[in-house]
Amino acid sequence: MIEQHIATYREEANELLTELETSLLELEDSPDDADLIGRVFRAMHTIKGSGAMFGFDEIASFTHEVETVFDLVRNGKLAVTKQLLNLTLRARDHIKSMLDADLTSDSVDRANGEAIIAGLRQILPDATPAEVLQQKKEKHSEVEHATDQQTWRIRFRPHPEILLGGTSPVALINELRDLGECHVVAHFEDVPRLEDLVPEHCYIYWDIILTTKCGIDGIKDVFIFVEDDCDLKIDLVDDGTQFEGDEIYKKLGDILVERGDLSPVEMRRILGLQKRFGEMAVAAGALTPEKVQSALVEQQHVKNVRQERISQDAASSIRVPAEKLDLLINLVGEMVTVQAHLSQTAAQYANSDFISIAEEVERLTSELRDTALNIRMLPIGTTFTKFKRLVRDLSQELGKEIEMETEGADTELDKTVIEKLNDPLVHLIRNSIDHGIEMPETRLAAGKPAQGIVHLGAVHSGDSVLITIRDDGAGLDRDAIRAKAIERGLITASAELTDKEIYAMIFAPGFSTAAKVTSVSGRGVGMDVVKKAIEALRGTIDIASVRGVGSTITLKIPLTLAIIECLLVRIGPSFFVLPLSCVEECVELARTDIENSHGRNLANVRGAIVPYIPLREQFLIAGDRPEIEQIVITGINGSKVGFVVDSVVGEHQTVIKSLGRMYRDVKGISGATILGDGTVALILDMALLLQAAEASEQASA
Amino acid sequence: MSVSGITETVQYLTFKLGEEIFSLDVAKVREILEYTNITKVPQTPDFMCGVINLRGSVVPVIDLRLKFGMPATERTVNTCIIVVEVQMENEDIVLGTLADSVQEVVELEPEQIEPAPQIGTRLNTEFIRGMGKQDGNFIIILDIDKVFSNEELETVQGHGSL
Repeated sequence: MIEQHIATYREEANELLTELETSLLELEDSPDDADLIGRVFRAMHTIKGSGAMFGFDEIASFTHEVETVFDLVRNGKLAVTKQLLNLTLRARDHIKSMLDADLTSDSVDRANGEAIIAGLRQILPDATPAEVLQQKKEKHSEVEHATDQQTWRIRFRPHPEILLGGTSPVALINELRDLGECHVVAHFEDVPRLEDLVPEHCYIYWDIILTTKCGIDGIKDVFIFVEDDCDLKIDLVDDGTQFEGDEIYKKLGDILVERGDLSPVEMRRILGLQKRFGEMAVAAGALTPEKVQSALVEQQHVKNVRQERISQDAASSIRVPAEKLDLLINLVGEMVTVQAHLSQTAAQYANSDFISIAEEVERLTSELRDTALNIRMLPIGTTFTKFKRLVRDLSQELGKEIEMETEGADTELDKTVIEKLNDPLVHLIRNSIDHGIEMPETRLAAGKPAQGIVHLGAVHSGDSVLITIRDDGAGLDRDAIRAKAIERGLITASAELTDKEIYAMIFAPGFSTAAKVTSVSGRGVGMDVVKKAIEALRGTIDIASVRGVGSTITLKIPLTLAIIECLLVRIGPSFFVLPLSCVEECVELARTDIENSHGRNLANVRGAIVPYIPLREQFLIAGDRPEIEQIVITGINGSKVGFVVDSVVGEHQTVIKSLGRMYRDVKGISGATILGDGTVALILDMALLLQAAEASEQASA
Repeated sequence: MSVSGITETVQYLTFKLGEEIFSLDVAKVREILEYTNITKVPQTPDFMCGVINLRGSVVPVIDLRLKFGMPATERTVNTCIIVVEVQMENEDIVLGTLADSVQEVVELEPEQIEPAPQIGTRLNTEFIRGMGKQDGNFIIILDIDKVFSNEELETVQGHGSL
């Protein structure tokens, strides 16, 4: 049981750390934003509090030190400086490593933690010794843990002489406001006629309705110095627990009676008059309008608080382990298959009742599928935050000035896709920073602003997401890449290549034009790995670059990995499917066309020459080729390639199944899928098929 | 003389490949299916028949006869697919093997099992855990994990026509 709680704590702490990082980075741009400072403080406070609860004492005590500093920042006693942010970010990493240490049983670098704390202590102003602060904080946090949100009614009636002592009631009320949501009503009925008024006296008293976590002690602390100069009445009116479904608070009359503003007898007498109670009471002269107003405010306030609580409960989310979701998706996948079978069978029987049931199931299944897939969708923004940090750290290390812009952080993608995108994106961004953006002096000399911009954007486009990494740096050096490619024998010196083809060279394994190897990049590993990772996601990479202006890399990634739209084709007895996203068109290939092309696998499509791969030969499928075959023309890495099949069956929605270990080395087949009638069709990996065909042609040439 | 490693009475599923009787530890057997359509995966060795749809999952099927150097299985009314669980690098893999016919489940005591002779079985002796005797017949007890050892299954690459 406790392990489960610890796991939950870890998960939560990781989330909080991510939030902390985001807030800290934002704080760098707007150091005065009190809201951000508050967020940083709260994140640390929660990490500390629940850390102590679950036995992560080291985390708790370390976080406490950092929190102490941010308490000063929050109170405006310490300014947000670059140094502070650097230290806090380091502290965040340290907390993270402490969190992970238990899992990996690695020992945590204690010295690092101590160095951070020492650094933080240095920025503390001398006037506030850390010890005192610590005690005060400790007390405060205990109170916060003891109670949840409670609503209090406070009647604060200062003695007339309170102003003489230098106390400002307004300041006290403002202090209450800081504790939580607060409504204040002032009562003026004691203000005397002008001739009797003593200007130094305070004739006003206040009713304050406050919803706070601080508890009664927290409220009393506010009044601690004026206790003798005022009458203070604090009552609990809502203890934060859930009421039986109703958010309606006490009736006005009851509130007034409870406050002692009205006696029960009087209330009943006024009730007898059958008007709105507030008006009646005022009319009857039993109450001043302010008193009624004040009670009404209390009624409204508590009502709001309770309503909010109910809506919060309703909108709450639950945590579900990812495996459970995967299981659900698998089941939905099977359901889709069975449903296809059902529809097919229904069509055979031509029974209208049966068909209508099948149609209903079809509708429900597609809804179920969309919903289930939607559950796994996450906004890509979570990874974007990590990159902000990466850019910040790297640019400091390299002495460059770089700003990171993000766009479309709320674009949703399948969870597994997002996870697998992380490494390729890290690599591409590193590249932009290291190779793309120039040093500030160079930039100024080139007439650009000293600060470079790395732009990371995500946008939906059909069933894919386009992710762009754009920098305004030097751009790709076309000639250098070309020279290097010739040197490495990838292309011949006389080859005429388009820009795109030359840029594609950087994806070759071990390719690097960097003159020197830095800690960041230049070893030539990476871009080929990026390409492989993106291809594994069934995505594509596109590079555009202008020398001196910058480069843009666009990744096109499918929304989900589990289900794809594809084209079902047939060769002899076997079925194959091709991902529809790559298919451009289908054209006929008659036997006479083959004879006319003299053994070359080239087709003439509206005047353009398109090479094709006869899959029947490639796969050694026995049987005669039909009189008229079909060429499915696909766009692979920007060029058109045809695949010859016997016939095209049609569009099909497919659940991708792995072929398992036994077939993992088969080139050109990326998986399998089950058709409506239960037969298995294989999913073609067109890019690999093309590679294999190119390789065998080169070998035979 | 008994085989070291076989100390308990175990149940074995016997099946025929050609005229010979083979057997598997029943604990390894998941189910027995009638022969269904097998989808051949291109560019794979012949003994790998292809894949079948086993209630929504894709399961590979192996022709043991080709694996053991016998002629390919001919489909008859008795042909079935024995679905087994094989351990491979500490991972359980489900796969199907073709059998000409499935016989019965027999119980063999350790003393009924002898080590495989070095010659005469026409099989790689590594695949054989022992020879069982029953009613005067020999039963070849297969070590199914060894039959599908890594090198055997991962030779896919390089076959076919590329």
